[in-house]
Amino acid sequence: MGKIECSCDLIELTELCGKDMATRDAYGITLVELGKKNRNIVVLDADLSCSTKTVLFKKNFPERFFNMGVSEQDMIGTAAGLALTGKIPFASTFAIFATGRAWEQVRQTVCYSNANVKIVGTHGGITVGEDGATHQALEDVALMRVIPSMTVIVPADAYETSQCVVTISEYYGPVYVRLGRAKVPAVMPLEYKFRIGKAHVFNIGKDVNIIANGLMVSEALKASKILNKEGIHTGVANFSTVKPLDEETLLEIAKKSKLIITAEEHSIIGGLGGAVSEFLAEKYPIPLRRIGIKDTFGCSGDWKELLKIYGLTAQNIVEVAKEFFKK
Amino acid sequence: MADIAFLKEMAKILRIEIVKMLTLAGSGHTGGSLSSADIVTALYFYKMKHDPKNPNWHARDRFVLSKGHAAPVLYAALAMLGYFDKSLLNTLRKINSPLQGHPCCKSLPGIEVSTGSLGQGLSVANGMALGLRLDGLPSRVYCLLGDGEIQEGQVWEAAMSASHYKLDNLCAIIDHNNLQIDGCCSEVMDVSPIDEKFKAFGWNVFKIDGHNMEEIVEALDEAEKIKGKPTMIVAKTIKGKGVSIFEGKVQYHGIAPTKEELEIALKELSNGKN
Repeated sequence: MGKIECSCDLIELTELCGKDMATRDAYGITLVELGKKNRNIVVLDADLSCSTKTVLFKKNFPERFFNMGVSEQDMIGTAAGLALTGKIPFASTFAIFATGRAWEQVRQTVCYSNANVKIVGTHGGITVGEDGATHQALEDVALMRVIPSMTVIVPADAYETSQCVVTISEYYGPVYVRLGRAKVPAVMPLEYKFRIGKAHVFNIGKDVNIIANGLMVSEALKASKILNKEGIHTGVANFSTVKPLDEETLLEIAKKSKLIITAEEHSIIGGLGGAVSEFLAEKYPIPLRRIGIKDTFGCSGDWKELLKIYGLTAQNIVEVAKEFFKK
Repeated sequence: MADIAFLKEMAKILRIEIVKMLTLAGSGHTGGSLSSADIVTALYFYKMKHDPKNPNWHARDRFVLSKGHAAPVLYAALAMLGYFDKSLLNTLRKINSPLQGHPCCKSLPGIEVSTGSLGQGLSVANGMALGLRLDGLPSRVYCLLGDGEIQEGQVWEAAMSASHYKLDNLCAIIDHNNLQIDGCCSEVMDVSPIDEKFKAFGWNVFKIDGHNMEEIVEALDEAEKIKGKPTMIVAKTIKGKGVSIFEGKVQYHGIAPTKEELEIALKELSNGKN
């Protein structure tokens, strides 16, 4: 990552468009740009700044960077205190610790006080890889989504991450952003403008539509190409904001679908699949399949292998769709 | 100079308001509200820079009630200062009241942060102290903790952080009444020696009688002069202080006075048995 660490000079966000890059790297770069423009931006980390990439901010603005040591609960509380004096704190650590270890601090101190804290968890999902189950956050979106007033965002690529980080810095209120460790393919087009609560529809299929976020957006796009060739007309939408859910777009897509497939690098319980299921069950019940981690812990291994083992692949999406349309 | 007689009178008024609002509410935390009344009085009516007409004045001193269950003492102080109409005290814990069972900063002016889940306030106070220091303000942050509360691990994370970041604009106070819901702190989970623990964590520590107004005022003044480290005031108190039938009785941690008990309480408090 040495190359990226050197690239924190003033850049236009559009430079990240088309770049295959870990979303955490885009976060680190963007934080530095934000720090230059807004002196109220402060950053906290819990001894993982080299991994979360907040170390880039530390190098540029040491007086506005607070390493809290291995103490996530204290970090979240301190971030709330900074927010309540008018700062815009970005608090980062691995997703499982930010949302799990400090869950009650996020609920009580941040959200119930409506403190303007941005929690950015990196190393979300199974792609943490070799570190194994303890470090793989497969429940973080569910944990954050259930808290009133919390906004939950899972960007798909570096370009979207960058836009998301800038956008949430200009929005008042608690936000959770879930980023990943692994390099992910660029998927969002140059003209894309991130908005909180607004899904991006690549295209709408007449047969199946895949509602995805995070790295599953690129798998969904690959799957749609295969399915279209095989005569199943497939669409893809990036629902990076899980909460508030873009219900209007979801309903519009559902009305044109025979099947909805959700795809996420998260438990099928409580995340994007959960949110979509809850909404559609009440407002427009149609056949739905959830692709994600099936209520199990992860394990150690190469992250690309893990994606295959847990069915987080274009191939699995294709199989699920074909199974449904099998006469 | 602090007007000690005035502060003692205010503490008495706060105690009267506490028992009145709790009796009307029919539930709430009597013991820990009464034990911290003198400390809260000294902070709000003497030490802190704040403006009830402009609760969001950026350069104000901040107060974080980490032991959020003592909400009645804070509500009484804020009402007497004019942060909101005193009649609201009669709505404590009722539907649609801004006076929630534990303080909610979104519903009531003067509340800096929502608290109630123990052990979280000191971290918030640290964050405020860091933020105010970044802004180059001389403002100070005060945080009141319970002694049972410091059994929470997060308190010690925050104790480390305050010392690490040399937060000399932070002064925490422990309402050391030695009682928690299940009994004596020393029996439930011994927290002693509190002073030595905080000293070991790099804090300046004062030990005072938390019902002696002169000592409270002096400690708050002295804390302001300490540079390079945060100050912890360990204030020895009596749970239920001011009302003989509540004093030192663990059962009054989380229940409100009955009407009969209120009469006794008002009589004792008005007669100045304090």
